Amino acid sequence: MDSPLTLVERNLLAPGGLSTHDLDRVFTRVMAPSIDAADLYFQHSRSESWVLEDGIVRDGSHSIEQGVGVRAVSGEKTGFAYSDDIVLPQLLEAAGAARAIAESGHGAGKPLAVRDARALYPADDPIDGLDNAAKIALLRELDALARSLDPRIKQVIVSVNATHDSVLVAAADGTLAADVRPLTRVNVQVIAEQNGRRESGHSGGGGRCAYRDLIDSGRAHAWAREAVRQALVNLDAVDAPAGTMDVVLGPGWPGVLLHEAIGHGLEGDFNRKGTSAFAGRMGDKVAADGVTVVDDGTLPGRRGSLSIDDEGTPTHCTTLIENGRLVGYMQDKHNARLMGMVPTGNGRRESFAHLPMPRMTNTYMLAGERDPQEIIASVERGLYAVNFGGGQVDITNGKFVFSANEAYLIEHGKITRPVKGATLIGSGPDVLTRVSMLGNDLKLDEGVGVCGKDGQSVPVGVGMPTAKITAMTVGGTSA
Amino acid sequence: MDTDIVTADASLAELDRLAELAEDVIRRTRAAGASQAEVSASVGTGLAVNVRMGEVETVERNRDRGFGLTVYFDQRKGSASTADLKPASIEATIAQACAIARYTEPDPCAGLADAALMQKDFPDLDLWHPWEPDVERAIGIGREVEAAGRDHDAVTNSEGASVQCGGGLGVYANSHGFIGRERGTHHSVSCSLIVGKGDAMQRDGWYEYVRDAKEFPAFDSIGRKAAERAAARLGARRFSTRDCPVVFAPEVARSLVGHLVSAVSGGSLYRRASFLLDHAGKPVLPAFVNISEQPRLPRGHVSTTFDAEGVATRESALVAGGVLQRYVLGSYSARKLGLATTGNAGGVHNLVVAPGAREGDAPQTLDAMLRAIGTGLLVTELIGQGVSIVTGDYSRGAAGFWIENGEIAYPVQEITIAGNLRDMFMDVLAIGSDVDPRASILTGSILVGKMTVAGE
Repeated sequence: MDSPLTLVERNLLAPGGLSTHDLDRVFTRVMAPSIDAADLYFQHSRSESWVLEDGIVRDGSHSIEQGVGVRAVSGEKTGFAYSDDIVLPQLLEAAGAARAIAESGHGAGKPLAVRDARALYPADDPIDGLDNAAKIALLRELDALARSLDPRIKQVIVSVNATHDSVLVAAADGTLAADVRPLTRVNVQVIAEQNGRRESGHSGGGGRCAYRDLIDSGRAHAWAREAVRQALVNLDAVDAPAGTMDVVLGPGWPGVLLHEAIGHGLEGDFNRKGTSAFAGRMGDKVAADGVTVVDDGTLPGRRGSLSIDDEGTPTHCTTLIENGRLVGYMQDKHNARLMGMVPTGNGRRESFAHLPMPRMTNTYMLAGERDPQEIIASVERGLYAVNFGGGQVDITNGKFVFSANEAYLIEHGKITRPVKGATLIGSGPDVLTRVSMLGNDLKLDEGVGVCGKDGQSVPVGVGMPTAKITAMTVGGTSA
Repeated sequence: MDTDIVTADASLAELDRLAELAEDVIRRTRAAGASQAEVSASVGTGLAVNVRMGEVETVERNRDRGFGLTVYFDQRKGSASTADLKPASIEATIAQACAIARYTEPDPCAGLADAALMQKDFPDLDLWHPWEPDVERAIGIGREVEAAGRDHDAVTNSEGASVQCGGGLGVYANSHGFIGRERGTHHSVSCSLIVGKGDAMQRDGWYEYVRDAKEFPAFDSIGRKAAERAAARLGARRFSTRDCPVVFAPEVARSLVGHLVSAVSGGSLYRRASFLLDHAGKPVLPAFVNISEQPRLPRGHVSTTFDAEGVATRESALVAGGVLQRYVLGSYSARKLGLATTGNAGGVHNLVVAPGAREGDAPQTLDAMLRAIGTGLLVTELIGQGVSIVTGDYSRGAAGFWIENGEIAYPVQEITIAGNLRDMFMDVLAIGSDVDPRASILTGSILVGKMTVAGE
C-alpha cells in the first residue's frame, strides 16, 4: 500500500504540476530574516451526507473542497493567505501576501525531510467504501427499527455522513508530513408523542473508520434504540430542580464537562496571553486528589484522533492534570515557541482556509476505584445526569455551562424520577476540586463531538468515569 | 473619518460571469435528464487584521468561492457542491448531483418553488459599500481601538482588537429561468479586554457591524465601550436561587426572538418538533407585541428581494397584536404542511420588533427599563445551548447585574435562568426602543415578568 505521502503528493500536488521539490521555491519567497516560521497546508476534502425523514430518503449531497494555506510567522505576528488553486503561481502569490508582515530580505528554510507517523486509521475513502444502495438500506433499517420499538415514536430522522480528508504539511523547519483521514458518523433523532406531549431523543456516533465498522459492530442499530429510549424517558420527566446540590455524572459523554471546564482553559494560546483563568497556575492544585485528566490524540480510530496534527507534529497523550495538580498545556508550534515549551500535537485547523490554533483531541479523565452504584447511593438529594447537549465556557473567568438532556433525581441514595433538561453551571478552576468520588467505569463517548473556537469547528472526543461533584448549581425551575 | 472607498469595482462583471456559469450548468443538467435544477454560486473576498497589546497579531486575506447545485429527477433530489469554480470541478459536481438523485427516493414535496412566485423586479437595497483599507490602515484602526480601551484604568490585559472588511457576490438561478444577482458588503471592528487579575479576571468587549464603513462611530469609542463593559463586571458574584423579573439587554434579547422564529419555522412544524404547533392565528405574545419582517430594509443585514428559492420577498407581519400571523416557510416545508411558502427559504429577512409595554409607554432606554422593574436581574450575556424548541424548556447560563431600586446594585455571574418559552413569551411585560442595530433581528431590551434564577 502507498504511504500517505505518496498518496497525497499524487492527489494534491501532481494535478497542478507540482512536486514537493517545488515547495522550496515557495519557502524562498516566504522566508525573510525576520520570519521565524512558515508553513504550507495542502488539503483535499470530500464529504457526503444522506438524510431520511418521514420514511423517505429525501436528500443526498456531496461536496469537494481543496486548496492551500500559506502562513508566515514573525515573533507574535502571523500573516496568512490561501488559494483554492494548487499551482505554483497562486502559491507564490499567497506566499507573498502571507509574508507582508515581515521586513524585506531573504532567508531560507531547512531542507524538507519526510516525517513518518504511525497510522491510527485506514487511509481508505469511506464514501467509496460502501455503495450508495447499502447506505440507503442502512437508513431504512434504522428508521424501521426506531418505529418498531414503540408506537409513540411519531417522527424519525436518520442521517449518515462521511468525510475523506487528505492533507500535506510542509514547513520551513523541515517538516514534510501527510495524513489521510476518514471520518464517518450516524445520527438518529426521534420525536415521541403521548397525550399531546412531545419529546425528542437523539443519539449517534462514529469515528475515523469505515461505515462498515459502525454497522457490523451493531453500534448503528444501538443508536437507534438509544434515541428511542431517551425520548420515552423524557415523556415522563418532571421539572428539574433549581439550586445547588450534589451531581453525579454518568460515564462517557458527560466528559464534555472536562472539555468546557478545564480543556479550553489549558490551551496554550490563552495561557501565553494570560487570558485564561488557569494562566500562571502550572503545578497548582486544581482538582481533587485522584483526578487525572489527559488529552490523547493517539487512540486508534477515535473521532478526535489524528496521526499527525495540522502542523505535521505527531499527536501525543498529554497529561493535563495529574492526581489533582495542573501539569500540562496543549500546544501548537507557534504558542509552544513563544512560551519556550514543546509542541504537543494539538495544532489544529478547520481547513486550509483557517489558521491553526491549540485545540483538543480526545479529552478524558482516568478511572477511579468506586462502584458506580455506591456513588449514587452516597447522595441524599441530588441529580444524576447521564446525557448532555453542548456546553460553553468563558475562559477568562472560568465560568462554564453544559446542558443535560437526560437526568434523574437522586433521593435518599436512589434514582427516582426523570427530570427535564437543565443547564449546569460552574467555575473551571473550582469544579474539579469538588470531585468527591470517582467510578471504575471509564467510558469514552460514541464519537459525536464538535468543538468550536474562534469560528472554527473540529471533531473531538471526550470521556470520563461516573463521578460525584459536590455542590454544583443546577438550573431547573423547581425550587 | 476618512474612508477608503473604491469607486470602480469589478463586482457587476463578476456577477455576470457567475450568472453565465449558473445558466450554463442548468442547461447541462437539463441535457443530463434532470426535470428541474437550481444553482447557487458565490465569491467572497476580505481582509481581517488583529492587533493585540499594540502589536499586529494576524493579517489574513480571504477569498472564498462556492458553487452548489441541486437537481430533481421528477421528485428525486440530489445535491453537490464545490469550493472552487474550475471547469473540471463544476463538471464533477454536476455528475455527483445526478448520481445521488439516482439513489434518493421520490418525495412528493420536493422541487423548486412555483414559477409564478419568482421575483421579477430587483430594486437596489443599498447593500454594496466596498471598503478596502490597506493593511497598514487596518492595523492603525485596530491599534487606535485597542489603545483607547487599554487607557481605561481597570484594564489589565487584552484579547485584542480586530478589523474586518469584505464583500460577497452571489447568484441564484433555477430552471424556471430565474436568475437573481446579489452583492453586499459587511465590515466590522471589535475589541475584547480583560480587567482584574487572577481569580477576579473578567472579560468583555464590544463590536460594530455595518454595511458601509461610513456608519462606524469614532473608532476609539469602540475600545472605550469594551473597557467600560469589562470594568462593570469586576467583583461579579453569585446570589441565592429565587424567582424574579428578568431584563434581557438588547444584545441578548434578540436570541429570544430567534427561538420564536425557530418554533414557527416550517422544519420544526412538519417534524412536529415545536412547542408552537398549530399556533397560527393564536396569541403567542401579549397584545402589545408586534413583529414584522422587512426584507427590503435599505442596508439591512439580511435584506434581499428574493429568498433562497428565488421567491419574491415582501414586508409582512409575523406577530400582530400578540397573535401569530403566519409561519416561516420555504416551499418544501409549505408543501409538507399543505400551505404556501412565505418567502422564507433560507430564513427570515430582517425582523423588526416594535417597542411597547403591557402598561404605559415603552421604555426608551435600558435605564428606563430598569426603573420600571425596580428589583430583578439584568442579563447581558447568555452562555450554553439549553433551549429545547420541541418542548420550549429553557435553561441557560447567564451573567449580568442585580437590580435594586431601579438601579444596578452589583454584577452577577455563575447563575442560570430557566423557564418555558411559551410562558416566558406570554409574560413579556415590556420591549424597549433601545434597538441594537447590529443584527437581522432588530429589538430593544425585553422584560420577562418572572423566571427561575438558580445560584447558590
